[in-house]
Amino acid sequence: MSKKVGHAQRINRWGYIFLIPFLLTFVIFQLIPLISTIYNSFFENYMSGLTHIGPTFIGLENFKKLLSGRELLQYTGNTMIMWVLGFVPQILISLLLAAWFTDPSLRLKGQRFFKTVIYLPNLIMASAFAMLFFTLFADSGPINSILMNIGLISKQYQFMSHAGSVRGLVALMNFLMWFGNTTILLMAGMMGIDTSLFEAAEVDGATATQIFWKITLPLLKPIFIYVLITSLIGGLQMFDVPQILTNGTGDPMRSSMTLIMWLNKYLFNRNYGMAGALSVLLLIITGILSLIVFKATASKDVD
Amino acid sequence: MSDIEKNSQDINLGAPKKSMISVRVRRLIAYAVLIILTILCLIWFYILFINATRSNGDLSRGFRAYPSTKLFTNLNNLFHGTLPVARGMLNSLIIAALSAILTTYFSTMTAYAIHAYRFKGRKALFVFILAVMMVPTQVSALGFQQMCYNMGLENSYIPLILPSIAAPVVFFYMKQYMDSNLPKELLEAARMDGAGELKIFNIVVVPMMKPAIAVQAIFAFVGSWNNYFMPSLLLHKDEMKTLPILIAQLRAADWLKFDMGQVYAMVAFSIFPVIIVYLLLSRYIVGGVTAGSVKG
Repeated sequence: MSKKVGHAQRINRWGYIFLIPFLLTFVIFQLIPLISTIYNSFFENYMSGLTHIGPTFIGLENFKKLLSGRELLQYTGNTMIMWVLGFVPQILISLLLAAWFTDPSLRLKGQRFFKTVIYLPNLIMASAFAMLFFTLFADSGPINSILMNIGLISKQYQFMSHAGSVRGLVALMNFLMWFGNTTILLMAGMMGIDTSLFEAAEVDGATATQIFWKITLPLLKPIFIYVLITSLIGGLQMFDVPQILTNGTGDPMRSSMTLIMWLNKYLFNRNYGMAGALSVLLLIITGILSLIVFKATASKDVD
Repeated sequence: MSDIEKNSQDINLGAPKKSMISVRVRRLIAYAVLIILTILCLIWFYILFINATRSNGDLSRGFRAYPSTKLFTNLNNLFHGTLPVARGMLNSLIIAALSAILTTYFSTMTAYAIHAYRFKGRKALFVFILAVMMVPTQVSALGFQQMCYNMGLENSYIPLILPSIAAPVVFFYMKQYMDSNLPKELLEAARMDGAGELKIFNIVVVPMMKPAIAVQAIFAFVGSWNNYFMPSLLLHKDEMKTLPILIAQLRAADWLKFDMGQVYAMVAFSIFPVIIVYLLLSRYIVGGVTAGSVKG
């Protein structure tokens, strides 16, 4: 008996061995950099021209500077405005498409084709997609040319010089890149709903619209929370598209400068103190948001 | 509540005819919306293709809806221009392929450790990996960049490839897949035959995980291929740069002086290979989106 237990223990020791590559990589490339980022946030450490200032310990001064400046508010606002502009149509269209694709009475043909097409933009290199939009919406680009040909506008519209149109383009790209993904996630959720619920509702004489609002939507709540929060976390990381579209300036008047573009700027200018403080702030925000996802979806997974 | 009862009674009265019409109308609306969305998704790539086939002079005269014949001239000019695009594609390919291999193999191994063995701290580790799943890489970018500079890993592919060994999202997918597709009896049988644990993993487990590995390899490849943030912080030598960095460089250059035919050719060169591979593999990709991400 004791021999058998000893054998099982020896085999189970392999669990630790197989975890070594993950843990080692995690500690070296994620944990240590994270700790050193947090450490940096308490120091004054930047380049002023060619002279290196610091590193000098200054406690929470970087955070004070970060929270009292108007940039934080402005860039958080920009990021959120562009995220909301993309997310609202995304969730509405995705919900509509998922409901249609899973509705047996509609029997839509060509579903595979449509799913393939709407998912396609998700895999496109975001930087190349943004470069493409920049050339297409340039003052003398094809979109202006088309709009003038069909008589919608009489002279070139300067898409890149108006805050509204730049933000709108970023939101449009985010919408295009993510609505297919969200549709597929919502579909999986809808197909996971016990069909006997629908049948019972139909027997009771409920319409398709009623079934959707009274049964499908409430049961989709966990997936909604998952989609909402992961999209919000993704939105906070918004970088490639506005960075390439505006060449890193966030113009006009920095109205499309996002938080990560700002972080990127600090990193390139070697202002490590402020970059650290901004990173810590982003870590806290995403940490709280992750906790919500974790509570909503993964709590029952450990067997 | 009473509203629903009232409505359902109304509908029951005129049931067959009314619902037939409404289904037909709803189907028509659905197709119309789907077609509009299809156009909205594809039109950019259509214009890209058209414009990549036209010369600079031709492009400056405005948009036309049909292609011209200058695609190969544009590509030829691009390859002999100032941007090292061919080298950039090779660099992107190396980093993406190695990342995809490492992330799938080692995530399978990590998932297997949690799935097949019972040891102290197992549950805690599982919860921990799930907890760090959502933390974005950008928040530790500062420390990461400093560490790489200190270790002499600026202009090296190592910091862009090796970290993919620890990928909580891929781990989670693999664990989910194992829960429904890797019976423990099979492992016991292999042990009875006297196979070592590492051998069982390589000979029995990895082949059984092939479908999951294929799906995650595609996602990991595309993710790395498209990645711009980290490579741009680390790669500064021209011959080491990846495609997204070259795209950013193209954007930063005084682009009006450029040959616009070449600009479109460059964007097409970065986008179309992925589209072609995607169309060949779309069945697995679209199916694979959900399997690991959400449970229930």
